[in-house]
Amino acid sequence: MDDPGLPERHFRNSGIPTVTDERLRQVSPLRRALVRPELGAICGAILVFVFFFMIAGDSGMFGPEGVQNWTVVSAQFAIIAVGACLLMIAGEFDLSVGSMIGFTGIVVAILSVQWGVPTWAAILIAFALSMAIGALNGILVIRTGLPSFIVSLAFLYILRGLTIWLSILTTRQTIIGGVRDAAEGDWLAALFGGVIFKGFFQWLGDIGVIDTFSRGTRAGQPVVEGIPMLVVWAIALIIFGHILLTRTKFGNWIFAAGGDAQAARYVGVPVNRVKILMFMFTAFCASVFAICQVMEFGSAAADRGLLKEFEAIICVVIGGALLTGGYGSVVGAALGALIFGVVQQGLFFSGAESSLFRVFLGTILIMAVILNTYIRRLITGERG
Amino acid sequence: MTETQPIIEMRDIEKHFGPVIALNGVSFDIRAGECHCLLGDNGAGKSTFIKTMSGVHKPNAGEILFEGKPLKFDSPRDAMEAGIATVYQDLAMIPLMSVTRNFWMGREPEFRFGPLRFIDFKKANRITMEEMQRMGIHLREPEQAVGTLSGGERQTVAIARAVHFGAKVLILDEPTSALGVRQTSNVLATIDRVRKEGIGVVFITHNVRHAHAVGDRFTVLNRGKTLGTAARGEISAEELQDMMAGGQELAELEGSLGGTV
Repeated sequence: MDDPGLPERHFRNSGIPTVTDERLRQVSPLRRALVRPELGAICGAILVFVFFFMIAGDSGMFGPEGVQNWTVVSAQFAIIAVGACLLMIAGEFDLSVGSMIGFTGIVVAILSVQWGVPTWAAILIAFALSMAIGALNGILVIRTGLPSFIVSLAFLYILRGLTIWLSILTTRQTIIGGVRDAAEGDWLAALFGGVIFKGFFQWLGDIGVIDTFSRGTRAGQPVVEGIPMLVVWAIALIIFGHILLTRTKFGNWIFAAGGDAQAARYVGVPVNRVKILMFMFTAFCASVFAICQVMEFGSAAADRGLLKEFEAIICVVIGGALLTGGYGSVVGAALGALIFGVVQQGLFFSGAESSLFRVFLGTILIMAVILNTYIRRLITGERG
Repeated sequence: MTETQPIIEMRDIEKHFGPVIALNGVSFDIRAGECHCLLGDNGAGKSTFIKTMSGVHKPNAGEILFEGKPLKFDSPRDAMEAGIATVYQDLAMIPLMSVTRNFWMGREPEFRFGPLRFIDFKKANRITMEEMQRMGIHLREPEQAVGTLSGGERQTVAIARAVHFGAKVLILDEPTSALGVRQTSNVLATIDRVRKEGIGVVFITHNVRHAHAVGDRFTVLNRGKTLGTAARGEISAEELQDMMAGGQELAELEGSLGGTV
């Protein structure tokens, strides 16, 4: 019963000694460090980097252009993974993310190119629409009590169908171009396209850290112009999501809603509101992805975002979240996205068959789920 | 103590669900600093009773007085605000979350940073540790997951939480039914501590021995009716057991089994 590690204890009503269980071992710092949702993703990220450094180190993958290449791809995954992560921790799925990406892009394009709405207004309307659909998704899940898997699967089809129909109805085709011209000089569009820190990268080019173009119209400019806005969005969303989840009251409610909704309701957590807001946030992230993509390509296509919902979920699971909700990490999901981007582009740089990427995906998904189940047992002390 | 005004008094409560009469005349009261046991077999109406008392159900007939005034709770949240805390058997805690996060769930302490507000984990962890020690639970660290605690410890965390947030009445729904002998003793000791702090404890159970160990008064619920209330010393465990099960048949069973069930 004697525990030198604690100062003297005070009881208002003593009489019964404190119960310390001598069978509880002191937990070593190593084990405590192991029991983190991000563990698998951290190891995975290190492994992936070492691997590609060895097989593709001299291919330019780790030169400025190469780094920009896989950073952008990873950032794309990260943007949708942050939304999917918070939603999954809150105990729900959204399979309509990919369709939402196509839908938002087409809405922006139709409004700005076909109807001549200012691009900033088109973007705001698209955000409002997609978040309203996200809310509808959430309300349906809450009201019907059906699994979000089914409800959002329905929206996967409804939204994709609507997007293609709308696009064909207004333009007779499924790709709408000319968005970039319409967005020229628009203040809000600038937040989703282009790059920042141009001056800094020019300076890096001038002093020779980054190669510069030696010929053509861009002679003298660095090969990497700056940090793409897509990457800025990804970093901002990761920081926002991480702080929201781990440091705020609302974050605690997200964990509670996914951990045990009924227990959370009993102590007054507004579980329904939390879940609906997370559906809206997932839709918001999908829209950020879509608008960045539209601004980059200068066009919208009705089939954009295919399978993105599953890729987002895989990132989140690699990042250590449990499919059953109540446990996970935004940083983990971001690392999952990084692993994803590095492998996808690394296989390209190393000249491997790109179809192998899917083999890798499936394999790493299984491994991540097994590891997560094991970590969950460590945390909860479950045996078996 | 027996002459003080009850915190909650329920008179002839009836509750129907369609054709099913769940409660058919229940009278019960709870005073500060006592442990009032409500005994009943499965299906006696214990759950309906708890939910009526904690504001989930509205009774069809009868009245509930809270501190002498007729009570109108529109939701469990109202009951909680008034100081009626319910600790449910399996729904007390979320195993994957830390003790601190569970303890403060729904009432997280915050500090301001400009326009933003964050959870004050320093304060939350400190108070959690203090409250757990007061209840006699030694935590390794407040960040450990509730899943690492035993069933009895989880009940205790839930009780400590209710006490910390100013419960006047604590309703415990079968807190010992899933526990081993040692853990049961710990929970009963916790009930004793809470009672000594002046909180009224409603201890719902179907285990006569657990009730007899800490109860000040006993009320038996059978087929939706209360069969009367007895104070400690006025009634034996065997008599309680008989009233709960409705007597004869169980007496014969016990005879063949050779002891009290």
